[in-house]
Formats: sequence, structure tokens, C-alpha cells
Amino acid sequence: MLFLSVKKIYKIMGGDVNTFIQQIPLEYFIILSTVLFCLGVLGVLIRKNAIVILGCVELMLNSVNLLLAAFSAYKGDGNGQLLVFFIMVVAAAEVAVGLAIIAMMYRNTRSVDVSIFNKLRG
Amino acid sequence: MENLVYAIVLLPLVGFLINGLFGKNLSKILVGGLATLVVFASFVISASIFLGFDKESAPVIVKAFEWFRVNGIQVNFGFQIDQLSLMMVMIITGIGSLIHLYSIGYMSHDKGFYKFFAYLNLFIFSMLLLVLGSNYLILFIGWEGVGLCSYLLIGFWYTNEDYGKAARKAFIMNRIGDLGLLIGIFAIAANVNAIDYLSVAQNASSFELDGTTIIFITASLFIGATGKSAQVPLYTWLPDAMAGPTPVSALIHAATMVTAGVYLVVRSNFLFTLAPTVQDGILLIGFLTAALAGFYALRQNDIKKVLAYSTVSQLGFMFIALGLGAYTTAMFHVMTHAFFKALLFLGAGSVIHSMSNEQDMRFMGGLKKYIPITHATFLIGTLAISGFPLLSGMISKDEILVAAYAKNPIYWVMLFILAAITATYMFRLYYLTFHGQFRGTEEQKHHLHESPVNMTLPLIVLAVLSVVGGLINLPHFIGHGHYAKLLEWLKPVLTEQSFSEMEATLSGVNFNTEMILLGATILMFFTVWFFVKNTYVKKQKKALPEEQYSGWEKLSAKKLFVDEIYNACIVRPIEEAGKAAAMFDKAVLDPIVNFIGLGAQDSGRAAKRLQNGNVENYVLIMSLAIGIVLIVNFILK
Repeated sequence: MLFLSVKKIYKIMGGDVNTFIQQIPLEYFIILSTVLFCLGVLGVLIRKNAIVILGCVELMLNSVNLLLAAFSAYKGDGNGQLLVFFIMVVAAAEVAVGLAIIAMMYRNTRSVDVSIFNKLRG
Repeated sequence: MENLVYAIVLLPLVGFLINGLFGKNLSKILVGGLATLVVFASFVISASIFLGFDKESAPVIVKAFEWFRVNGIQVNFGFQIDQLSLMMVMIITGIGSLIHLYSIGYMSHDKGFYKFFAYLNLFIFSMLLLVLGSNYLILFIGWEGVGLCSYLLIGFWYTNEDYGKAARKAFIMNRIGDLGLLIGIFAIAANVNAIDYLSVAQNASSFELDGTTIIFITASLFIGATGKSAQVPLYTWLPDAMAGPTPVSALIHAATMVTAGVYLVVRSNFLFTLAPTVQDGILLIGFLTAALAGFYALRQNDIKKVLAYSTVSQLGFMFIALGLGAYTTAMFHVMTHAFFKALLFLGAGSVIHSMSNEQDMRFMGGLKKYIPITHATFLIGTLAISGFPLLSGMISKDEILVAAYAKNPIYWVMLFILAAITATYMFRLYYLTFHGQFRGTEEQKHHLHESPVNMTLPLIVLAVLSVVGGLINLPHFIGHGHYAKLLEWLKPVLTEQSFSEMEATLSGVNFNTEMILLGATILMFFTVWFFVKNTYVKKQKKALPEEQYSGWEKLSAKKLFVDEIYNACIVRPIEEAGKAAAMFDKAVLDPIVNFIGLGAQDSGRAAKRLQNGNVENYVLIMSLAIGIVLIVNFILK
């Protein structure tokens, strides 16, 4: 909703979304998404809770999405943003599966701590 | 006729399959009866073909299917029906069914009864393939098949280690010969571009007379024959093959398989005629074999060993005939020998059966009154092989003697001596076994009994055949060869050249000379008989233990130490080389292989710690790796 309202505001101001975004330097987007991505990686590495890990994976995905959308806007090519929607759909499916797995893990062990799932130890 | 030919070959195979697969659960009567019946049925069918076969007829080829085609050589799976193969088939199935019948009684107490008959049927099948095949390759299949059956049956009582060793010895000795045969077949294929008998015979004229190629081919084939037919230097397996049950000795190691070599040479007469050098070689080998084996047989004490050496010696006679170019004479002797030697072996089997498995003649004696039928038939066999006038053995042997005289009187003298030796050891065997005092234990004496009728019946039939068998090929001087029926019968099998040469040899001795020769052999026979009888009956000479033998007797009993020489010169070095190779294997190869194996194991054990099942660890390693790749990428840029 917020995204749409911002768009509307700039339509009213007689501007175009692309030109508005291009006013922000590209480096900012890159730095922001890099930070988000690293946060995601760190979360995956450090946290033991499976749900948090899944969230961190989502964070990484979304940081990439953000970058994709930014590049797309800078290039004036809508395909990049289209791809973002695909990623979102796939991510939603992935989350559905992931959460189902986590639910099963919880049912079997009464825990969502990944460190106890080490049965595949060599 | 085609279907009948298939039936001849396939019936024993069916018997083998049924007995081999289901025999364990069938009753002994059923197993023995079936095995005997299939062979007898083969005999009846082949007799019907035999009787309806025109003696002038060209060979009939029964082609089953094209087997394969390689490099322009077409190889068919087919059978060749002609005078020679029919004669062999009659001998094999006829004597085969008699011996099957006999075995039902002889093997009745054996645990492996069904196995025995399955093997026997398989043997008959392979032997029929050998003689009926229309090309050298099918002959080779049969050749290997009979070798296998011989191995299986020699080692039939495999729980005895010595018997197993005898079986292996026979197999390996035969393999040496088989290699020669195989090389010969390859050489034929390479030079003639065909391996079926008819094509090879047609193209044989392209060979240069006594050229290198033909000498190579025939010598290779002959090496094959020496292996199967127990000739010098590959003869030592046959006496050891006596480890098998006695009917096996009669069927395989006297009547049929060992004559395969003779069959091979007669079948290839179109090649051997072109190689006089090889024929001389065959003559030499034949003489050597006959002389050595005859000498050994003089002082053997095992009843079957005497007969075994006698077989080797008689095979030597056949090869002498082949070396002289007298092919039908050799076949004639094959036939009469099949009769009387099968008879002698079966008689010996009957003796062993009644003596509770005693084979040593020193513990026999005086069996005449206990086993009268066996005695009478055995006496007939002995007289036949030793040359009693007009019995089969005398007529066929005399033909060889005449052929030898026609070539060279010295050959005749040598054969004459060999025939005297034959008579000597056979009468020694006869008198030691059947006359004098019984020398066995009281228990054996108590058990002495005549064999059942299914064992004596084959003896009687074979005795009759041994008496009249010679009449089918009377000597040349009677009716100018008109009564030499076998000679006429086999004429189409031989090339014109070999036939005319042979006929010239056989009729080359004039009437008076031949009468003198004949008189001399008959006189020799009765003299030997008298002397041996005098020694063993009147003077009551007993067979001494081997320690008390004089010099030559020791040599004879120890077989000139040929086995020991072979062991020292061939077997031992190979064994030593094997041991050295095993040492090298243990000392050098094993550590290398072990090092590789252990190295893989250890590195695996070390690397396995990485996979600890902790997902964060995997992710950490992955991220670190990606980080390193990125950094390296960045630096290299």
C-alpha cells in the first residue's frame, strides 16, 4: 500500500517513478542490499532456530530483489521488476515447503533447533 | 533320414538332462533304465540307417543351421553321414548301451548313481558329436566334451584325493594335445578357407606334397591325436585314468574315446596321405608307444593297470597301421579292440565286484570256479587280444602285421615281438586271476559271487562279438579280397590315392610268404601260451612283491620312471615358478595394492569429520568458500 501511495504522490507531482528513483545514487541501493544480504548470511550462520534461519534466507532473497528492482529502474527496463515478482512467487512456495518441514520437525522433536538434526553425520 | 540323425545325437542329451536335473529324486531303476534306453534307442536308429545305407553312397550332409561366417569361411552346424561315421556310431552306441546296462549292476550301491548315468549319457552325446560332425569345429566340440566327461568320470569318486589328481592329470595332458588340434584346425582354415571335411578334401590337392604347410597341419592334428589316444609322449594319463569306475574304463578309456585320435587321422586321410614325413613320425610314435606300454604291462599287479597299458599298447598298434597308410586296418583294429577290450574291462569289473573291490592280482587266484561266466568270457577276451586263430583280435592284428611286412620286414619283426609281449602279459593276468590258489582274505572268499545277469549279459554279447567280429574283414588271400568287407565299406571315405596305396600294401605280400608269417604268429601265440601257463600254473609262480623284483622287472613295474621324469622336468619347475611368482606377489604387489587401499581408507576417515550433520557448519564452509573465491577473483583482476 505504501509503495503504491508513494507512486501516486509522484504521479500527482507530475514526475515518473524511474526518474524519482534515479535521483538516489545507485551506490546506496548496492550498499543497502549488501548489508541486508550479509545480515541474512550472518543470521543463517549464527542462529539455531529454524524459523529464524528461514527468515534470514528470505532476507537474503529480498536484498537481491531490491538490487534487481533498483538496477531495473536505473536502466529503465521493466523486465527486472518482472523477474522480482517471479522470485517472490518462488520464495512464497519455498516458504510454504520450508514451514511445512519445520512443522514436521517440531512435531517429531518438540524443538526447532537445527543443531540437533545431525543424523546425516558421516 | 535327417530327423533320425538328430534323434541319434539328441536322445543321449535328453537322457543327460533328465538324469542330471531330476535324477536325484528318481528311483535307481528309472535312472539306469532311462540312460540305457536312450543310448539303446540311438543304437537302433543308427542301425536302421546303417542297414539302409548304400556302401557306394557319397557322404550325406545334414545341415542343421549356419553357425557363423567369418572372413569368408562359412561354418555350418551339421552332421556328415558316411561309412566311417556310421561305423563309429555303431560302435559307440552299441558298446555304449551294453556298458550302460552293465553299469546298472556295477554302480548299484553307489551314492552318485544318477550322476554317473548323467555323465555317461553326456559322454555318449559328445562322442556322437565328435564322430558325426561335418567339420573340424564340431569334431572339436565333441573332442572337448569327451575330455570333460572323461575328467568328470575319472574323478567320480572325488573324495579320494589321488583320484582327483588322476582326473586333473588326464585333463591337463589332454589339453596339451587339444591345443595341437586347435592349431591344426586354424592352419587348415587359414590355408583352405574352409573347415568342413568335404571342402578341405576337395582343396587338399592344392597342397604341395610333403610341403611345410601340410606337414605343419598334419603334425598339429597328430599331436591332438596323441593326447586323446594316449600316445608317446602324452600317454601317462591313461593308466592313471583307471581311478574311475570300471565301466568308465571300458567305455571311455578302451572302446571309444581313446580311439578318437585314430578316427581323426582316418577322417583326415586326404591330408595325411600328402605328408609321408608325418606318416613316418606316426609309425615311430606308434612303435614307441606299443613297445613301452607292452613292457610296462608285463609287471603290473593291478588288474586294471595291466589292461590300461594293454590299451595304450593296442592304440600303438593302430597308429602303426595308420603310419603304414593302412587306414581301414586301423579302423578294423579299433572295432575289434573295442569288442575285446570292453569285454576284458567289464570282466575285470566283474572280478573286482566279486572280490569286494580288490584290484590287486596278488590277492586273487583260483577265481575260475567261483565266477564261471566271467571266467569263460574273460578267457575269450584274452584269447582274442593275444591272437588265438580266427578270433577277431588275431585277424585284425594279422592285417597290421602283413601291412608292416609289405613295407619293411623289420617292422614285421618288431610287431611280432610286440604281439608276443601282448600275449605274455595277458596270459599272466589271466592265470594270476583265475588259476592257482585263492590268495585273498577269508572274508573276501566268503563274499565271492557271480555278478547279476545284467552284468553277465553284456559280457556274453561282447564275447560273441570278440569271437566273430573279425569275420567282417577277412585277410586278402581269402577270395582275393572279396571277403574284406570292411575295406570295401570304407572305400568311399578314403581318397583314391590312399586307397590304392593301401590296397597295394595289403595285397603286396605273396601267398606263400603270408602263410609263413601267419604260421609264425600262430606258433608264437601257442608257444607263449604254453610258457606262461607253465610258469604260473605248473611251477605255481606267484606275483612277487615289488621289492623282490629283478632289474628289468623293477623298471617295468615302475614304468621306466617316466612319470617321475615328467614330474622332475615339467611339473616341478612349473610349481617352483609358481611359488616364485607367489613370493613376488606377496612381497611386492601386495604392499603396493594395500598401500593404495589403506590410503583411500585413511583419507576417507579424515575427511568424514567434515560431514558432522551440523547444517550451520556446512553453510559456514560454503560462505567462506564463496568469500575466498570472490576475494581471489578480486585480487586476480
